[in-house]
Amino acid sequence: MIELEGLTKRYGTKTAVDHLSFQVRPGVVTGFLGPNGAGKSTTMRMMLDLDNPTSGTVRIDGKHYRELHEPLKHIGALLDAKAMHGGRSAYNNLLCLAQSNRIPRSRVDEVLGLVGLTAVAGKKSKGFSLGMGQRLGIASALLGDPEILMFDEPVNGLDPEGIHWIRNLMKALAAEGRTIFVSSHLMSEMALTADHLIVIGQGKLLADTSMADFIQQNSRSYVRLRSPQQERLRDVLHANGFTVVEAGGGVLEVDGATTEKLGELAAENGLVLHELSAQRASLEEAFMQMTAGAVEYHAHGTDVHGGAAAPGPQWGATTGTTTGTTSEGA
Amino acid sequence: MTAPAHPQHAPAPHAYVSPIPVRRAHLGDALASEWTKIRSVRSTMWTLGVMILLMVVIGLGVAAIAASSEVSMDEETALGFGFFGMLPASICVITLGVLTIASEYGTGMIRTTLTACPSRARVLTAKAIVFFLLVFTVTTVVATLVALAQVALVDAAEPSADEWLRATVGTGAYLAALGLLSLAIGTIIRHSAGAITVMIGLLLLPLVAALFMFSVALKSVQEWLFTYAIPSQMIALYSAQPPFGEDGPAGWEPLLIMGGTAAVVLAGAYALLNSRDV
Ligand SMILES: Nc1ncnc2c1ncn2[C@@H]1O[C@H](COP(=O)(O)OP(=O)(O)OP(=O)(O)O)[C@@H](O)[C@H]1O
Ligand SMILES: [Mg+2]
Repeated sequence: MIELEGLTKRYGTKTAVDHLSFQVRPGVVTGFLGPNGAGKSTTMRMMLDLDNPTSGTVRIDGKHYRELHEPLKHIGALLDAKAMHGGRSAYNNLLCLAQSNRIPRSRVDEVLGLVGLTAVAGKKSKGFSLGMGQRLGIASALLGDPEILMFDEPVNGLDPEGIHWIRNLMKALAAEGRTIFVSSHLMSEMALTADHLIVIGQGKLLADTSMADFIQQNSRSYVRLRSPQQERLRDVLHANGFTVVEAGGGVLEVDGATTEKLGELAAENGLVLHELSAQRASLEEAFMQMTAGAVEYHAHGTDVHGGAAAPGPQWGATTGTTTGTTSEGA
Repeated sequence: MTAPAHPQHAPAPHAYVSPIPVRRAHLGDALASEWTKIRSVRSTMWTLGVMILLMVVIGLGVAAIAASSEVSMDEETALGFGFFGMLPASICVITLGVLTIASEYGTGMIRTTLTACPSRARVLTAKAIVFFLLVFTVTTVVATLVALAQVALVDAAEPSADEWLRATVGTGAYLAALGLLSLAIGTIIRHSAGAITVMIGLLLLPLVAALFMFSVALKSVQEWLFTYAIPSQMIALYSAQPPFGEDGPAGWEPLLIMGGTAAVVLAGAYALLNSRDV
């Protein structure tokens, strides 16, 4: 269990983390979501007592981090930066950590096996691929067999197999009753892994909700229509009391209607339809809507601006993943 | 603030507890960890290897030259030749001292280290002890072997017990203290190249600067620099009387000065390490 209370971090005039209060509970995977620069890594560093909060507190099982006797046996963390010495072998990188917390050597072999690095245990970690480095970081987090695990963007740079592996690992760890706290800026990834969701933007808490509630509240379902007689179609829809949104590219979107109802309506009025499909706005869209006001590093068309990766600027116009699409021509 | 979403991931009745028994970690654990760290990177072998090579080759070379020359050395002992190996060795010690901590900042390892051991003072203490003992042992052993060879090779005055002690244990302690100063500077600067540059500047610049102080007004500054520059202090370590002029440190005093400086800067490093973000 991790508890944050009024956690705040200012760098000069910039507030990176702004009065964050929430709890991370055991037994579930808690996703920590926010766009680039939202303050996820800063929050995690403060949880580990690496950065000093400007104000506020973090408690790990009711204690301050510095009060933990052998911290690796309580909490294991994978930070976003490669936090290992490249000139040291994977085994020795883990061994020196193990020794500082009196973890037996056998456990080093065990976690190396767990993440599938036994064959390269004696190799310098400098030569590791991104995925291997990530696995080594996960091995170091698991070293003390801790109750709490914290991963900062663990799937970054992993191949699909690796992503699958981490996803299952986190779920398995949570099922054992551990507290799993994982950051990401990919809603789609979180939707598959997390049971609980904490969303921040510009350091502020935007949502603290269960994944199911988030999906329920945020995935708008609507019907997508395309017709060569767009003007008439719109008038007909209006006349029948539907709210129509023009989505560009000759696409109309209608909320709160079924494909059956709209197809019949078009047929009654002799309208040609090129598309009639039920759509569900993606969670990614919902997430971007939620954080829209809080996105710090926008991409501006051709403007070459900063290096930070940013979500596309025109997310409003894009259609999300289609679930349960039904199409019929008329 | 609501119940978890998927029933199959319902919270386990009891939170997980690590099966590995927990007790209070202490300095001994940190020492074991730092010893593993320092012995498992190649830079340690390189810097110490080069240091040993320099001390041996230069020490024996100088002794051989002195032995073949006609200049008589009735007044002095052959131990003073140790200085010639000590100066280049100090550059290796500086490098190793800085790398012991700054490489952790360079690689990001420091975050992992401090997560494992949140007592920053303990981490720095363990690093300092392991580093000091390693450098002290190696340099003392090498300095002793080189001194024995020098005394055997060169026809000069017989060294006293105190002179033997200073040329061996004194040399080792002086270099190890210089290394501690480098470790402290590395902790403060947190950047390998930057800290090594600062330390080498500290080692050599005072003498170079003093060479260019022609003006009469700067005479006293020049003398002070000549007396207290690190290479001059190393020479003074081998001599019972102040080697330059009437006053200035001699004998064991340079070691006290270096030890004191290292302690003060190390105290600053502790304070900064404790208060700064990582
Ligand atoms: N040491 C620092 N000095 C100054 N500003 C900082 C520092 N660390 C972070 N920041 C700023 O704080 C904000 C939050 O950064 P942080 O790395 O926590 O974001 P993040 O949510 O992890 O982003 P990402 O998804 O890109 O990893 C950013 O605007 C960043 O520029
Ligand atoms: Mg980050």
